[in-house]
Amino acid sequence: MVPIPYYLVLSAAMFMIGAVGVLTRRNAIIVFMSIELMLNSVNLTLVAFSVATGTITGQVLVFFVMTVAAAEAAVGLAIIIALYRRKQTVNLDEINILKW
Amino acid sequence: MPMISNAPLIVLFPLAGFLLIGLLGWKYRNELVIGIVGSGVIFLSFATAVGVLFEMASLPEEARRSTVQLFPWIGTFTGTSGSLGVSVGYQFDQLSILMTLIVTGVGFLIHVYSIGYMHGDKGYWRFFTYLNLFIFAMLNLVLADNFVLMFFGWEGVGLCSYLLIGFWYEKTFTGDAAKKAFIVNRIGDFGFLLGMFLIMRTFDSLSFTSVMSSASVMPTGTPVMFWIALLLFVGATGKSAQIPLFVWLPDAMAGPTPVSALIHAATMVTAGVYMVARCAPLYALAPDVLMIVAIVGAATAVFAATIGLVQNDIKKVLAYSTISQLGYMFLAMGVAAFSAGIFHVMTHAFFKALLFLGSGAVIHGMHDEQDIQKMGGLKKYLPVTYATFVVGAIAIAGIPPFAGFFSKDEILWNAFSSELGSPVLWTVGALGAVLTAFYMSRLVILTFHGKERFDHHHVHPHEAPKTMTVPLVVLAGLSFVGGWLGVPASWGLGNVVEDWLNPVFEPARHKLMLAEHESHAAEFTLMTISVVLAASGIYAAWRWYVQHTDVPDRIAGKFARTYRILLNKYYVDEAYDAVVVRPTQTASDKFLWKGVDVIIIDGAVNGTAKVIAIAAQTVRRVQTGVAQSYAMVIVAGIVAVIAALLFI
Repeated sequence: MVPIPYYLVLSAAMFMIGAVGVLTRRNAIIVFMSIELMLNSVNLTLVAFSVATGTITGQVLVFFVMTVAAAEAAVGLAIIIALYRRKQTVNLDEINILKW
Repeated sequence: MPMISNAPLIVLFPLAGFLLIGLLGWKYRNELVIGIVGSGVIFLSFATAVGVLFEMASLPEEARRSTVQLFPWIGTFTGTSGSLGVSVGYQFDQLSILMTLIVTGVGFLIHVYSIGYMHGDKGYWRFFTYLNLFIFAMLNLVLADNFVLMFFGWEGVGLCSYLLIGFWYEKTFTGDAAKKAFIVNRIGDFGFLLGMFLIMRTFDSLSFTSVMSSASVMPTGTPVMFWIALLLFVGATGKSAQIPLFVWLPDAMAGPTPVSALIHAATMVTAGVYMVARCAPLYALAPDVLMIVAIVGAATAVFAATIGLVQNDIKKVLAYSTISQLGYMFLAMGVAAFSAGIFHVMTHAFFKALLFLGSGAVIHGMHDEQDIQKMGGLKKYLPVTYATFVVGAIAIAGIPPFAGFFSKDEILWNAFSSELGSPVLWTVGALGAVLTAFYMSRLVILTFHGKERFDHHHVHPHEAPKTMTVPLVVLAGLSFVGGWLGVPASWGLGNVVEDWLNPVFEPARHKLMLAEHESHAAEFTLMTISVVLAASGIYAAWRWYVQHTDVPDRIAGKFARTYRILLNKYYVDEAYDAVVVRPTQTASDKFLWKGVDVIIIDGAVNGTAKVIAIAAQTVRRVQTGVAQSYAMVIVAGIVAVIAALLFI
């Protein structure tokens, strides 16, 4: 059996890649994908601990996260399409009307 | 049942009338009902006061003074010294009941007169509301058993004076006159207030009984007594229109004539005299202030009389005459002839109310004309008014046996013979008497005698209705016989007024150690001189205005400068305008408004807003609108929190 730290290191690496993606990429779609990557890294952690401790709670939580992520993906992509129709771009630097 | 326990009803009747007419009058504008209720309540007060008077007279002299406590009003009843306990209580003694009779008696006649005079005015109910409120306040003033309640009445009459001067509020000048009266009075009231504070500090009480009894054992001439007496006198000069605060009274003639008669001649303006008389034991401790009172009174008497010589507005002449007569009353107070001063308050109330009401009848008959140069020959159109007016004029001129002679002569005699008096004060007073006789005769002649100088096409003089002439006749009767109550002791008859009032003033006179002077020869001589002077004043007026009518114009031409000064009332209004009003306005405009208000206050408010705006201008640049930069901050925050949790 693969020891827990391996999962955790992989999960942390995925999370950091996702976080850096969210902070640095300018394409809304890629930012979106990076968020998904972060969610899934957390899922991996939850499942790993669930197996290691022999409890089912973590796995149940993972299902919730996947459901919410699916809903989020639907809403998020719809927003991105609506945004693209309006501004003809998905570059986040150009979407800066949320300010003074 | 003893009358005295019902005595507070005297005060409550006018209050009831005020509430009734004030609350219902605007709806039921029935002049007859309003007139009857308005005058009726005053008559009830008068009748009650007469009852109290008779009961008081039936008691022995030392048992006549009594107080009736109604309820505690203001109180920090901690029992320690310096605690303020003020109750609504009324004091009935010889002085206050006499004043009450004057206020309600003359007040009743003037109410009746107003029924006719105010007929058809759209503010009829409002007029009677204010009049009743005035009587209520005035009775509080004279009957109060402590300074605070007296001050309540004092301010109440001031308020009613303001309301009634500005009664015809559509005209700008009545509003201005009302404001002037109120503001000038406030200056005096401030003195009264300060005096009250000092009394509170010195005597630990504001009730007349305890203040006066503590005063009776205090030493004479201490600085604190000087200031108390002086500050109270400042209040009196405001209310009673003495130098230097007399300027409001002539302007107050803008109000309806019954108001001038009631408030600005018979009652309210004598409140200052009453207050000085009421505080006689305090003044007895400050002889210096008594001297100031006498000098101010004598100066005012002559000063106002000279202005009265040349005025052409019938009511203005009477207004200056009132100021002058009030000067006599203060002269009496100043030489500690308190009874004589109060006696003059009484006779003056009769004949000056008569003269004002008479002038009201003239103005009424002349369709609101007040310029005596545009009258003349009214004798045959207004016979009753003429006859009564002449009685009033003779009374004020001081011809025996009319009322004014007895009271004025009593004052002049005391000014001469009292230890606080002097021949100079007498001379000044006698000079005022000549002037009084002269200007009153001039007024009568120009109004009622000579050629008819009015426009016959527009003015049809007519006699006043019964409701107006009956009070005139009654007051004329009082002006004739009223003085007989105070026949000088030297005539061998009893001086009823003086005997009645003496117990009240005995402590003060005792403190001043005044002896009674019994020099009948001197008194008779002075009396003869003053009658001759008054007669010569009348004769001069008759010669100049009936026989040689060109003389006044010649004199006016010859002494053009003096004449102009008198006509313009010594430019006192202009002087006050230049010294007080305009600097205040300029300071308010340039300093308070454009300086303090605009720069400091507005500057502070706007400055605060501006600082926040500038700060926001800088800080808002953090809000880029780029979601990723916000996310960056969030992540940085999380990292910081985790780092803190891990390493600290």
